[in-house]
Amino acid sequence: MEQNQMDQKNVLIDIKRVSKAFPGVLALDQVNLCLRRGEVHGLMGENGAGKSTLIKVLTGLYPRDTGEILFEGEPFSLSSPQEAADHGLSTLYQEINLIPALSVAENIYIGREPMRFGRIDWKQINGDASLAIRKLDLDIDVTQPVSSYSVAIQQLVAITRALEISAKVLILDEPTSSLDLAEVAQLFKVIRKLKEDGIGILFVTHFIDQVYQITDRITVLRNGAFIGEYETQKLPRIELIAHMLGKDPETFSLEVTTGKTQQEKTQTGQTLLEVKQLERKGSMTAFDLVINKGEVLGLAGLLGSGRTETARLLFGIDRSTGGTIMLEGEETVISSPRKAVSHLFAFCPENRKEEGIIEDLTVRENIILALQARQGIFRSLSGRRQSEIADKYIKLLDIKTPSDAQAVKNLSGGNQQKVIIARWLATDPGFLILDEPTRGIDVGAKAEIQKLILGLSEDGLAILFISSELEEVIACCDRIVVLRDRKVLSELSGEAMEEANIMQVIASKDVIQ
Amino acid sequence: MSQVQWLRSENFQRMLWPVMALVCILLFNFFFTPGFFHIEIKDGRFFGSLVDIANRAAPVMLLAIGMTLVFATGGVDLSVGAVMAISGAIAATVIRPDYVKGILEYGDVQPLFFVLSIPLIFSLLAGLWNGLLVAVIGIQPIIATLILMVAGRGIAQLITQGQIVVFIHEPFQYIGSGFLFGLPFPIILVLLTFVVTYLLTRRTGLGLFIEAIGANSIASRFMGIRERLITLSVYIFSGFCAGLAGLIVCADIKAADANNAGLFLELDAIAAVIIGGTMWGGRFTIFGSIVGTLIIQSLTTTILTRGVAPEVTLVFKAFVIILVALIQSEKFRRIFSSRMAGKKVPAS
Repeated sequence: MEQNQMDQKNVLIDIKRVSKAFPGVLALDQVNLCLRRGEVHGLMGENGAGKSTLIKVLTGLYPRDTGEILFEGEPFSLSSPQEAADHGLSTLYQEINLIPALSVAENIYIGREPMRFGRIDWKQINGDASLAIRKLDLDIDVTQPVSSYSVAIQQLVAITRALEISAKVLILDEPTSSLDLAEVAQLFKVIRKLKEDGIGILFVTHFIDQVYQITDRITVLRNGAFIGEYETQKLPRIELIAHMLGKDPETFSLEVTTGKTQQEKTQTGQTLLEVKQLERKGSMTAFDLVINKGEVLGLAGLLGSGRTETARLLFGIDRSTGGTIMLEGEETVISSPRKAVSHLFAFCPENRKEEGIIEDLTVRENIILALQARQGIFRSLSGRRQSEIADKYIKLLDIKTPSDAQAVKNLSGGNQQKVIIARWLATDPGFLILDEPTRGIDVGAKAEIQKLILGLSEDGLAILFISSELEEVIACCDRIVVLRDRKVLSELSGEAMEEANIMQVIASKDVIQ
Repeated sequence: MSQVQWLRSENFQRMLWPVMALVCILLFNFFFTPGFFHIEIKDGRFFGSLVDIANRAAPVMLLAIGMTLVFATGGVDLSVGAVMAISGAIAATVIRPDYVKGILEYGDVQPLFFVLSIPLIFSLLAGLWNGLLVAVIGIQPIIATLILMVAGRGIAQLITQGQIVVFIHEPFQYIGSGFLFGLPFPIILVLLTFVVTYLLTRRTGLGLFIEAIGANSIASRFMGIRERLITLSVYIFSGFCAGLAGLIVCADIKAADANNAGLFLELDAIAAVIIGGTMWGGRFTIFGSIVGTLIIQSLTTTILTRGVAPEVTLVFKAFVIILVALIQSEKFRRIFSSRMAGKKVPAS
């Protein structure tokens, strides 16, 4: 009876039906979120779910279009992040916003240094800083520069700074993405302590395990829409994943089939690539992988599960710290993309704009660049040869462009993606890595690209296919490797390749070997 | 479809504006400066204001050719003026090695080959230094080349021991003041450098690689383009161009002046590249940079022949450069034309 009133009193932030539109996209659609005193609240969602937009609206970086935000029961509207701090709202972003060369104490009090006789009172700063740091059960020398400490300590210094400025609400945006296990544990100890002090903590992360370790409640967003608010303990992992991916939790949570995860592999074609215990400390746990000619191997997993990291390791963008790659039975060191390209690897990156297309160049130039790069500077492709190649792939992939002299930036997302695929096909690759090739592409273009992938594999190309959409992975792939938290969990093939199974593997608490 | 037309004209426009600016300046002179277009042939050599402009612009044109490629990779080379001074200082020292010791007699006449090759080798090394700092160590180009911009002039002074080394060396002087096919030799040298650079960048894959690196270095690396090596080479080439320009200036005045040779010319070169329509990181046009240099030089000559006080010259130059840069800015053109068309919001 009084429970409800108590709840009301405990509510720190109440976001009600907030919407925010950007040109062409509804980034937030009637989103609710309720953060209470002394709770850790997880904010979950895949790419484009609206998590960061919500945080930016909350902290006054973006104005909201509709809806209301109550702060301790009062209507609340911020026009700048400065005001957020005045109200007791602090946000910690993934990249730590400290000044590396300044001392811990200076970083904590920068901009609000205590003054004495018109000059900075260093004694007080250092004294206050070590007191503040000790509140987090941390014992470090506050006069040392921040850069001399580990990322985890820096993270805690940033938290200290946030708490010293204001201490009601702490928003942590993927604070653990660059921390190792011990460091995460240290951070969580601090978070639990802050929770006891009655601070409301909004915790954004991709790590499923961590959400279950630390949060009390979870709000799930998908494609800008509010999916629901759940109590962490009462929400089975499989349901959380189903909500994030937009599947019906009813059908999946019941038909759990654990025995089917490992199946006899029906291997087609020769082995092209065999990866043994490849790892990169801090980004990918050691894994094995076999890729055959004429086969599409899928990587499935949530955002941040290590899909892209795997691709980057295979393509030589990130150096591995251990393990071997056997290419057609021979040990091969792939230490740079250039090496990878020379072994006829091809890579369509997830980040089309930053890593894929070269916006200012024309469609033709974008298509022939990789081939020209392989040929070297002096064996230049003639203008006519360039046009021939470009026209061939524009026709083959049905790239919609008025001419091959069009700048790539003027093409739609799907056509840009096709240009990148065309670029690699022009090099006649043996192994094609596609990282989210259909992201942000309309349905028609998506189907075309999927069809293209199947056609290419029939021609004998080995393909590594990464996608966050399970249907797509299942439809396109011969085998699926499932990842979670930067670990390869299991491999599925044949009958076992069902959404239910994949989600079950992702949700499983223990690694299935 | 209208987008296509707009795009088609984009390449065209990039060249259109600089050429139009140059034509405007020349037209102005056609009407107001008597004898501006008059070209005389004396002893089979061309003389006249136009030849003079091109001849005077030659060192900056060479700098601009090198700077264009550096610019296209998304960098800048501030050290070219100082490298000019180094190159001249070395050339003079090769001709009169004992001058700095106070010995005024010439020794043996140094072969032209040494007088040319030794300064150029050091210019290449200067470029290599810049390139290493930028491409291998990863220092911001503006900072990396600032080092040699400041230190280079000091190095040049060390070589000449702070003196102005004057010399007589007939074959070498030809580089600065000789004539070939009726034209001043520096112009021939610029034409040669231009043609070679054009062929090297546009008849091979190099130009495309440079543009790709400048526009998106990550994507370029993912394609296996040797982005470091190419960036490095571009700075070396810029050093070479600066060395060549330094030789022209030194041979022309028959002296190495470590303090003033090439002073602030890096700024003229940068202005020329920008006026010429090369993007910072991306598309480049060497021809545009040549036109840009000609714009600056003909402007200077015009101002001087009109009898404007030399103190005001720089202000005038600045004004024209700002104007051309603004006209080139797509955004400015859009705002400007929409204002003119009754404050309609431009469709984007």
